[in-house]
Amino acid sequence: MSADQPVWQPVPGSRKDDAILVVDGIRRAFGGLLAVNVAHIEVPRNRITALIGPNGAGKTTFFNLLTGFDTPDEGTSTFNGQHLVGIAAHKVARMGMVRTFQLTKALSRMTVIENMRLGATDQRGENLFRGLFAPLWRGQEAQITARAEELLARFNLAHMRDELAGGLSGGQRKLLEMARALMVEPEMVMLDEPMAGVNPALKQNLLEHIKGLRAEGRTVLFVEHDMDMVREISDWIIVMAEGAVIAEGTADDIGANQAVIDAYLGAHHDSDLGDG
Amino acid sequence: MKWDLILSNSFYTAISANAVAYILVASGLNVHFGYTGLLNFGQAGFAAIGAYSLSIPINRFDWPWPLSMLLVVVMAVLLALLLGIPTLRLRADYLAIVTIAVAEIIRLFLNSVRFTWLTGGNDGLQGFTRFMENINPLPADGITLWAQKVDGYRLWLLMIGWLLVAVISTGIWALMRSPWGRVLKSIREDEDAARSLGKNVFAHKMQSLIIGGFIGALGGMWLVLDKQSSQPQDFSTTLTFFCYTIIILGGVASAKGPIVGTMIFLFVIQFVDITLQQATRTTPQDPTPLIPTWIVDQNNFSQIRYIVAGFALATLVIVRPQGIFGDKREQAFDVR
Repeated sequence: MSADQPVWQPVPGSRKDDAILVVDGIRRAFGGLLAVNVAHIEVPRNRITALIGPNGAGKTTFFNLLTGFDTPDEGTSTFNGQHLVGIAAHKVARMGMVRTFQLTKALSRMTVIENMRLGATDQRGENLFRGLFAPLWRGQEAQITARAEELLARFNLAHMRDELAGGLSGGQRKLLEMARALMVEPEMVMLDEPMAGVNPALKQNLLEHIKGLRAEGRTVLFVEHDMDMVREISDWIIVMAEGAVIAEGTADDIGANQAVIDAYLGAHHDSDLGDG
Repeated sequence: MKWDLILSNSFYTAISANAVAYILVASGLNVHFGYTGLLNFGQAGFAAIGAYSLSIPINRFDWPWPLSMLLVVVMAVLLALLLGIPTLRLRADYLAIVTIAVAEIIRLFLNSVRFTWLTGGNDGLQGFTRFMENINPLPADGITLWAQKVDGYRLWLLMIGWLLVAVISTGIWALMRSPWGRVLKSIREDEDAARSLGKNVFAHKMQSLIIGGFIGALGGMWLVLDKQSSQPQDFSTTLTFFCYTIIILGGVASAKGPIVGTMIFLFVIQFVDITLQQATRTTPQDPTPLIPTWIVDQNNFSQIRYIVAGFALATLVIVRPQGIFGDKREQAFDVR
């Protein structure tokens, strides 16, 4: 937890002094099931915000709605004041909001360095006609490669540079996906279960990387089930249940919140909810 | 058995203008399937569009040939747009369904009695290759390659055909090592990942479909220039599946894969065919053929070639599943 404790009201939909992402009345139904029904959320800038909730609470659907992978039936959301609803996923990414996936999407039959290079935006050589003429993009490619190698070193993947991504272990893929997302130079990183299926040693490593994102001035919103991890790194926690936000606050607020205990912790609130 | 004839004819088949046509159609499919992961089962449709966009205007409306070739390009792009706009936003299977259907619609249209005034129907169109004969600087009687006689027209088609293959293959190679090609490969691997990194997946898929379709149309054009006749039956789904065989044989997502794949494929088929033809032949002096007639005779050996070729290809795929030029490491993650 960062030194300066947030002082916002620990109530659902509370106002933040500097919100990067604002969501209003987003609803999404699948058939008769109202999967997401969020009245109001503000995600604070340059903080680590955790999105937690029991299975089926609609967290991943909510992620999809925010990042353009799905469209809400109604409601609005803005990122840095720009409207998000109806904007295609790739445009959302270019606006500076990049997501990762619950099931890691390493591009298996491409090398690690090619995975990384892909992440860079505004590549001249991605235009069909300029792509044909290497001198037009070679200089930029060299810059991108240098930046990619720096990030690979930071994420302890430098030795895997020329391996196919399909040959990486599960944890290494998580690292690669996070590093690749950083190639986009996002203002906000959305991590969907970054710790799922990662061994404890690597978890600690991942935690440090996530804290590193905040230190660089980025905003993080992540979905996680491991409560120990959530407590350790998040500045703010948003709790979803049955599609709606039922609580917000710091880890202490959430731990004491009766609605959360009922909906999420249930009868087992004394037991450890960690993966182990 | 006249082995020099058999071998020279098989080798010639593997490098002929007909082989050039297969290389081009397969190269286009390789852009779709090998690099972008688009399941195009209607590459024969692009080839048919290329063939008839050349032959119909010249034969029926006396267009000058450069204008007709321009039409080949325009029609290939239009077909790609027609196929791509409704389907490329959907999952891969829908493109497969639509492409196979559209390719058959095109073939049936070309074959239909009602439009025979335009397309020539089942008899096809002839007499549209005069321009190619006129610009041919080579003597018409041609040369003899080993034991194979090649006439001047086909030698000319073969030569500029390989020049075309060199240009197209180099172009594909250059594009696929560029950041543009990287986006295509990322779409093949996981299009949601590409999207999450800010790549315009739809636009890149569309460009891939257009370029591969255009190359396929060039291939169709070469096919009918070589035969000097456009006929609908040359553009059945078999052509598409031969091209899949070719690119899997040569190595998927390799610029030289379609070239090597075509040469092996056509060589094997021709070799088997012509060997069987020789081995089942009877002459008045020698009424017993080499192969007993209860196994195969003169009248049905031509079906056997695909059986034998099929076995040969199956063996190769088992022994070397990544194809001749494929990357073994890639194969390890491909079969899931």
